[in-house]
Amino acid sequence: MSKMRYSRRAILKGGVAAAASAALPAPMIWAQEIKDITLRQFGTGVSNLNDVATKVKEDLGFTLEMTALDSDSVTQRAATQPDSFDIADIEYWICKKVWPTGNLQAMDTSKIANYDKIVGIFRSGKLTPESTIAQGTAPHSVGFVEGPGGTSFASEETGWMTLIPTIYNADTLGIRPDLIVRPIESWTELLNPEFKGKASILDISSIGIMDMAMVCEAMGEIQYGDKGNMTMEEIDATFAIFTEAKRAGQFRAFWKTFDESVNLMASGEVVIQSMWSPAITAVKSRGIPCVYQPLKEGYRSWGGGLGLSANLSGMALDAAYEYINWYLSGWVGGYLMRQGYYSAVPETSKNFMSENEWGYWFEGKPATDVITSPTGDVLAQAGETRDGGSFEDRMGAVACWNAVMDENQYMVRKWNEFIAA
Amino acid sequence: MTRNLIGWLQAAPLALVLMGFLVAPIIMIVIVSFWGSTEYSIYPAFQFDNYSYLFASSVVWRVFGATFKYAAIVWVLTLGIGFTVAYFLAFHVRSLTWQIALFLLCTIPFWTSNIIRMISWIPFLGRNGIANQTLISWGVIDEPLEWLLYSDFSVILAFVHLYTLFMVVPIFNTMMRIDHSLLEAARDAGATGFQTLVNVIIPLTKPGIMIGTIFVVTLVMGDFITVRFMSGSQRANVGRLISNDIGLLQYPSAAATAVVLLCTVLLVIGILLRFVNIRKEL
Repeated sequence: MSKMRYSRRAILKGGVAAAASAALPAPMIWAQEIKDITLRQFGTGVSNLNDVATKVKEDLGFTLEMTALDSDSVTQRAATQPDSFDIADIEYWICKKVWPTGNLQAMDTSKIANYDKIVGIFRSGKLTPESTIAQGTAPHSVGFVEGPGGTSFASEETGWMTLIPTIYNADTLGIRPDLIVRPIESWTELLNPEFKGKASILDISSIGIMDMAMVCEAMGEIQYGDKGNMTMEEIDATFAIFTEAKRAGQFRAFWKTFDESVNLMASGEVVIQSMWSPAITAVKSRGIPCVYQPLKEGYRSWGGGLGLSANLSGMALDAAYEYINWYLSGWVGGYLMRQGYYSAVPETSKNFMSENEWGYWFEGKPATDVITSPTGDVLAQAGETRDGGSFEDRMGAVACWNAVMDENQYMVRKWNEFIAA
Repeated sequence: MTRNLIGWLQAAPLALVLMGFLVAPIIMIVIVSFWGSTEYSIYPAFQFDNYSYLFASSVVWRVFGATFKYAAIVWVLTLGIGFTVAYFLAFHVRSLTWQIALFLLCTIPFWTSNIIRMISWIPFLGRNGIANQTLISWGVIDEPLEWLLYSDFSVILAFVHLYTLFMVVPIFNTMMRIDHSLLEAARDAGATGFQTLVNVIIPLTKPGIMIGTIFVVTLVMGDFITVRFMSGSQRANVGRLISNDIGLLQYPSAAATAVVLLCTVLLVIGILLRFVNIRKEL
């Protein structure tokens, strides 16, 4: 214990933390003690990958146990079972819901080696100094608290972070270009009667409502003050439009899990629907054309991060910081970016990607060679470009973030009624 | 005195198990149904908000209606199929070996998970599924039938598929206990096959029918996963209301719905038991 504390402090004081974590440190002195540590992480399927756990064991020496759950279960567990995890891999809107329970502890950014390299979205809220901040629960707005025990969110960088950002993306509608043989440019197409019985939306209220809002706003039916924080009237109006469409048979099904969305699209039950980036990849890897269609109104974006359980202390807490530093040091980022997500510290990920991969996934350049996923599936041929283009093009066109609203309970009731309608 | 004590001791293990794992959880659910909740926590209270919302919402009434509708339709179909199968096994198949063999055949699909059995319908019924492709190639239809999947039809089909065995087993069981000399007597008295069925077999099979009915009705009314998968989340029954509430951390509201559902099901079973005394037959 004492030996280990000395070693970590020495590293931090020496100011070599950046270099150390980039070089995958695992200081030798405490190697023996740390082997006995097990960190329990849970989160949504997107980033709870066994490959990451294997690599952690290899690079850092301790054991990481992963549990993948759906968004609702993740929220539930973070809020109600604080003893069941050490690290919560949650989305920012979940953080807004869960933070007030006191189950998570704030992180000292001075211990995060690559903190300064984290993308602006998660710090000031702006991708570039000129960017405007999108509506909804923008990550930076729930990213900081005043101090170690803070329960309310701070409006600017304070040095105490709630979640260390790990992964994020810009979501849009997925389409089957072979079955819709014309260009799709707007969110309104989701409710276009042309696709009656062939559309779908996801049945996760906090995300689905944002897709609905994008559609209603694009149709010009509703002008929202803030899509991420609707009034009761706006909620009612939104559901009225969608309930009418549902009764008219617009939707084939609603999906709740990743696999369901893939199957709906791949089987041709649905030709246009809300979708997540890797689901598109999964459809494509079956040899079925599928496009993550950029739309003129912009993207609905989301971000996730790692939060530390309030119960973590001592050596386990040090191991958790070690893990987070390792997470941001590039290997995981490269792995996730090769699936179509973005890493919070893109420049470290670059070291773990080929020039072709970096060009295709991040810079929006045509692939110079075959692009494969981390598991070896072919995703694109030479000459193809990524749907939506470069990082700046995609993340710069975010219209709103996944959100929890003040009227969340009301919205949830309405959502339940919509499903039952 | 000691006999009395021994009696109590003998009953104690079961009583304790039932207290701990049945009665106590139900009492807990009833208590929580009066609590309040915020987005991320629940707090003890004694308020009727959850119930007043339940009874005031037209959606909840409609969902209860849908639940009864599913239960009624599935009951009729499983009873019809279950009775026929049991009748065939009990009276048409003469040798005991064949009876057992065929009965086992009925149960083989139940060695797999019922989720698997349910989901395997999806590719079969889909827009480009086997059913539609076959019908189109036969020239029966020109366009794929949309209502085959993600509709009430597919929900009920899956229910019938999943739960018919629960009707077959108890009916078959009571039928096997019918004394064959009764049937011979009916025949000797000049009854037709149909008259024997209506006046002898059905009355004697009632307890089996009732046990099967209780199985099917409670299973269908308490289900949520079949409705969710087979309707593509487009239809709702009470179970889905509860599961949605749980997913959104609204435990008190879920508990209140569960209490109302429990009362409803108990009421239905109470009514059913007025018709037939199944205890006499057990």
